[in-house]
Amino acid sequence: MTQPKLPKPRATKSIRRRDKPPQSTKTSARLNNINLEIDRLTSELDEALEQQSATAEILEALSRSSFDLSAILQMMVRTAGRLCKTGPAGIFLLEGDVYKYRAGLNVTETYRQHENQAAIRAGRGTLVGRVAMERRLVQIIDALKDIEYEDKEAARIDNLRSMLGVPLLRDGKPIGVFALARTHVEPFTETQIKLVSTFADQAVIAIESARLFDEVQARTRELAKSLDDLHLAQDRLIQTEKLASLGQLTAGIAHEIKNPLNFVNNFSSLSVELIDELQEILCGVAVDDKTRGQIAELSDMLRGNLDKVMQHGKRADSIVKNMLLHSRQGSGERQPVDINAIVEESLNLAFHGARAEKQGFNITLERSFDSTVGKVDLFPQEITRVLLNLISNGFYAANQDKPEANGGHEPKLSAATKNLGDRVEIRIRDNGTGIPPEVKEKMFNPFFTTKPAGEGTGLGLSLSHDIIVKQHAGSIDVDTQPGEFTEFRIVLPRGAAAIAKAGGGA
Amino acid sequence: MNLLILVVDDEPDVEQLFRQQFRRDLRAGRFAIEFAQSAAAALENIAAAKDRSLILVLSDINMPGMSGLELLPRAKAVRPDVPIIMITAYGDPETRRKALEQGAEALLTKPIDFGSLRDEINLRVGNAA
Repeated sequence: MTQPKLPKPRATKSIRRRDKPPQSTKTSARLNNINLEIDRLTSELDEALEQQSATAEILEALSRSSFDLSAILQMMVRTAGRLCKTGPAGIFLLEGDVYKYRAGLNVTETYRQHENQAAIRAGRGTLVGRVAMERRLVQIIDALKDIEYEDKEAARIDNLRSMLGVPLLRDGKPIGVFALARTHVEPFTETQIKLVSTFADQAVIAIESARLFDEVQARTRELAKSLDDLHLAQDRLIQTEKLASLGQLTAGIAHEIKNPLNFVNNFSSLSVELIDELQEILCGVAVDDKTRGQIAELSDMLRGNLDKVMQHGKRADSIVKNMLLHSRQGSGERQPVDINAIVEESLNLAFHGARAEKQGFNITLERSFDSTVGKVDLFPQEITRVLLNLISNGFYAANQDKPEANGGHEPKLSAATKNLGDRVEIRIRDNGTGIPPEVKEKMFNPFFTTKPAGEGTGLGLSLSHDIIVKQHAGSIDVDTQPGEFTEFRIVLPRGAAAIAKAGGGA
Repeated sequence: MNLLILVVDDEPDVEQLFRQQFRRDLRAGRFAIEFAQSAAAALENIAAAKDRSLILVLSDINMPGMSGLELLPRAKAVRPDVPIIMITAYGDPETRRKALEQGAEALLTKPIDFGSLRDEINLRVGNAA
C-alpha cells in the first residue's frame, strides 16, 4: 500500500501569502485525495478478496476425490477470464507431441473449430507453441504486430490482440498451456500474471490428480477383469478335467467291449464255415428227401442268422472303433477317406450317442448323398470329431422345440454331400431353434456356449473351426433363421490335409 | 515229429476259438496247441515242453498278474530259440516298440487276422519239417 502524496512545502508558502480561500481549497483537495485513496484501496481489497475466493473455490473442487477434469479446467478458464477482465481464454493440453484445445471461454464457434482442428507444436509461431518451447510465461503485446506470430488467421477470427500464455509444468516439462487474450491491446498486469500462474499450478495438480484417479480406476478394472478371467479359467480347467476323464472312461469301456465283441465276430464267422462242413458231410448221408429238405432249410436259416450276427457285430465294432478314435489324443494320420462313409458313420455314432445319453431321444434323419463325391485326403479322426459335434448340436437344437409346446414340431436333421470338382461340400441342417444374430457372431469363439453350465464346453465349434480351416484349409459357415433352421456348410479341398500341411497350417 | 504251439490268454474261450480255427490241422496232426490262461502257467508249459518241438508262442499282453510283456524276456531266457508273437488289443506304436525291443517276433492286433496267423504257423511248421 502506498502513502498518499502530500503537497510540497514550497506550494504551502505561496498559498500563505494569500487570504482564507487558499486554506479551504487545500483541505478539500486533501479530502479529495483521501477519498480517492480509499476508493482505490477498497477496489484493491475487493479484487484481492475476489481472487482469494476464486482460488479457494478451485481448491475445493480439486479436493473432491472423484472429479471431472474438464469441468475444473472450464472453471479455471472462466474464473481467470473474469478476474483478468479478458475476452477469450483457454487451456491447451499436450497429447503425444501436439497441444490440443481442451477448455475455452468467450470464443466464437469458428474459432473453437479452428483450435479443435489445430495440432499445435512447440515453436515461436503460436502463443501456445512459444510457451511450450520457452517453458516459461510468454506475453504477446499485440498478436497482429508480432513478427514471429504466424497464427494470424486464428487471431483475426476473434480479433485477438494482447495475449498471455502460462505453461503447465510437471517435473519442469510442459504438459499444457493456460492462455488468455484480449480483443484490444493492453498488457497484462503483474497481479493478473500472478493469478494466472497460480491457476496454472493448480491446473497441473488437477491434471495429475485426474491422471492418478484414472490410473487407479483402470487398475481396479484390470484387477476385476483378471479375477473374472481366473474364475473362467478355473471353470474351464474343471471342464477340461471332466472331459479328459470322460475320454479315458470312454476308451476303457470301448476296450472292454472290444474283447467280447471280437469273440462274437470270430465265432460267428467260424460257425458259417462249420455249417458248410456239416452240409458237406450230410450230403454223403442217406436220408429221405423230406428230411434233406428240412436239413437244408434249417442250415440256411442258421447261416442267415449267423450272417446277421456278423453284420451287426461289424456295426458294433465300427462304433467301438469310433469311440476309441474320439477319445484318443493326437491327430492321427491323414489318408484318403470316403466322404459319404464318414458322414454316414458320424450320423450313426451321434445318433446312438444321443440315444445312450437320453432315453426316448428320437429324430428323423435324412440323407442326401452325392454318389460321385468320392474320397478326400484328410485326418479322419478330426473330421469325424467335427461332424459329430455339428450333428450333436443339430440334435440338441432340433429337440429344443418341444412338440407339446409348438404343436406338431418333428425334430429333423439332414446331412448332404456334394461333389464340387476339386472340392467337396458337406451340409448338416436341423429344423431346430436357429441361431440369433448376437450368438452367430461369437459362436466360433473358444469357450462360447449357450448351453447351461456343465452341458457344453464351448469348445466344440471353436475346435471344429480350427480343424476345418487351419488343419484342412477348408471353410465352415452357417446359415440360420431363428425358429426355423440352422445349416452348417463345410467345404473341403480334395487334397485338404496336404494343402494345409504344405501351407504350414496343420 | 510232434510240433507244439503255445497260446497264452486269460480268456478261456480263446481255446475253443483256436481249436475250431485250426481243426483241420489238429485233426491231421500237423501240430498240437496247448493253452495257458496266465503268464505263470505259460512258463510252466514252456519248461515242460523241453523235449518237444515248441515252434511258436502266441501271447496276449493284457493279463492279470504277470503281463505278456513281462513274460516275454522270461520265456526268451528259457527258450531263446522259440519265436514269440504278441497279440494285443492295443496296437499303439509304444506297445509295439516295447514288444519288439524285448524280443518279440511280431505284434498282431485283435481281432486276430487268422489268415496271416495261419501263414506264420505254416512257415514255422515248414521250417521244422
